Amino acid sequence: MADEKKKANRPVPRVDEESRPFWEACARHELYVQKCRTCGTVFYYPRAFCPEDMSQDFEWLRCSGRGTVYTFTITRQNQSAGFRNKVPYVMAYVELEEGVRMLTNIVDCDPESVTIGMPVEVTFEDVTPEVSVPLFKPATE
Amino acid sequence: MSISRKAALAGVYEHPLRWAPHKTQYQIMAESARGALDDAGLSIKDVNGLFTSGVGGMGIIALAEHLNLNPDFLDSNSIGGSSFVSHTAHAAAAIAAGYCDVALILYGSKWSSDRFAVGTGGGGSGDPPEQFEGCYGPTTVGDYALAAQRHMYEFGTTGEQLAEIAVTTRKHASLNPHAKFRDLISVDDVLASREVSSPLHLLDCCMISDGGGALVVTSAERARDLKKKPVYLLSAAEACTHTSAGMRDITDAAAKQSGPKAMARAGVSHSDFDMAMIYDSFTITVCITLESLGFCQKGEGGAYVQNGRIGLGGELPINTDGGGLSSNHPGMRGIFLVIEAVKQLRGECGERQVKDCALAFCHGTGGTLGLRHSGASLVLGV
Repeated sequence: MADEKKKANRPVPRVDEESRPFWEACARHELYVQKCRTCGTVFYYPRAFCPEDMSQDFEWLRCSGRGTVYTFTITRQNQSAGFRNKVPYVMAYVELEEGVRMLTNIVDCDPESVTIGMPVEVTFEDVTPEVSVPLFKPATE
Repeated sequence: MSISRKAALAGVYEHPLRWAPHKTQYQIMAESARGALDDAGLSIKDVNGLFTSGVGGMGIIALAEHLNLNPDFLDSNSIGGSSFVSHTAHAAAAIAAGYCDVALILYGSKWSSDRFAVGTGGGGSGDPPEQFEGCYGPTTVGDYALAAQRHMYEFGTTGEQLAEIAVTTRKHASLNPHAKFRDLISVDDVLASREVSSPLHLLDCCMISDGGGALVVTSAERARDLKKKPVYLLSAAEACTHTSAGMRDITDAAAKQSGPKAMARAGVSHSDFDMAMIYDSFTITVCITLESLGFCQKGEGGAYVQNGRIGLGGELPINTDGGGLSSNHPGMRGIFLVIEAVKQLRGECGERQVKDCALAFCHGTGGTLGLRHSGASLVLGV
């Protein structure tokens, strides 16, 4: 695992007991958020309870994978490992169709072409054989 | 229980160095402590409350050891750059409660000479949200840039308007002999500086310097017998904001929660302030903080900072020392907000003095606008 982390071309998320189902789904290239069965709140990032009413009765909601860019930045300077050779890259918040905003990267396009409101869809990058991270690219339809 | 006018800032000291490779972090703190205690007319043996941040997890004990202190009250609340603004409020509360009598608040750092790439490096916290962020390459500049981009999109704020903040702050720095950058700049200079993380240019960003400072807080009663005119703490409030389970409006700052509370607790409103110290990690921080505090309407920050309003002689002079954008920013800057406000309220600011300064607002932001941050507000008066 230590070797895999060294080989990875971006920092490997530290999967924990609360987030494991999310990351296991990502490894299958499926994106999930959570929905509280008590109050109906949809929430992200994943955790073991609803952050609105503390209920532990929630379901995993399979996302359509579609959303729009809420905001973004073209990062041109980052000295840290995994990114110093990636600049310029686009970091963004994407607002999913399910209503929540998630931090991500916009990939597979010219960074200069990214705009707020732009429709995007999820794509996955396998960082290690066990961990894949959700990224977004311009929507195809 | 109100803490209004129960405690006062009796001594302040800003370390004059911006580059200190030949000193240690704790040496900078000790020198600052001596400076602030001299300013107050007190000695290190009078200190029985100790506050700091930016040290290791239990570094405050090592700091007490380094100064050979055995304080009755310790607080190393660590909420980013605003920590020292928060410490000031906590010190006043501790003094009002009788837990300590002379509180020493210290900061020292060598982030510049240690080459710590705080703005454009990475490094994870290990806290739960980090696993959903660190893999996307967030930088401090980038996290603020996310807020700037959205602010421009929603409200039509322009790069020129944000640049106006850097230009005004530089003008103030030109009047501060200790400021690191004192040559005047123009809006065009800001826009022509390289883009670090769009839409923020290099001159939209604070510097990284070395430095430090110290504050001495004591009871109002004791302060009246000391060397300098006491500056009273009239009120304080804190807040934090974060990704709100995926629902946060990125153009709001924690200041929206703490600012109005601090003003209400002091019984004052926006037009009463003679000056304000607004944490300027980036130009966008100032724009969004002024809006969130209610000095202007949401979305109007860009227009508000134009036409000299935030400059000396304007309606609300801010960051008269030159701020983090031009004077110093050794990783965290909250302590300097309080130091400059105190000097202004005492009338010690020479060429950059705000005329008849009697009421000042300080607001510290710690963390990043784009991910999560704290806000600490103080109302200070004479």
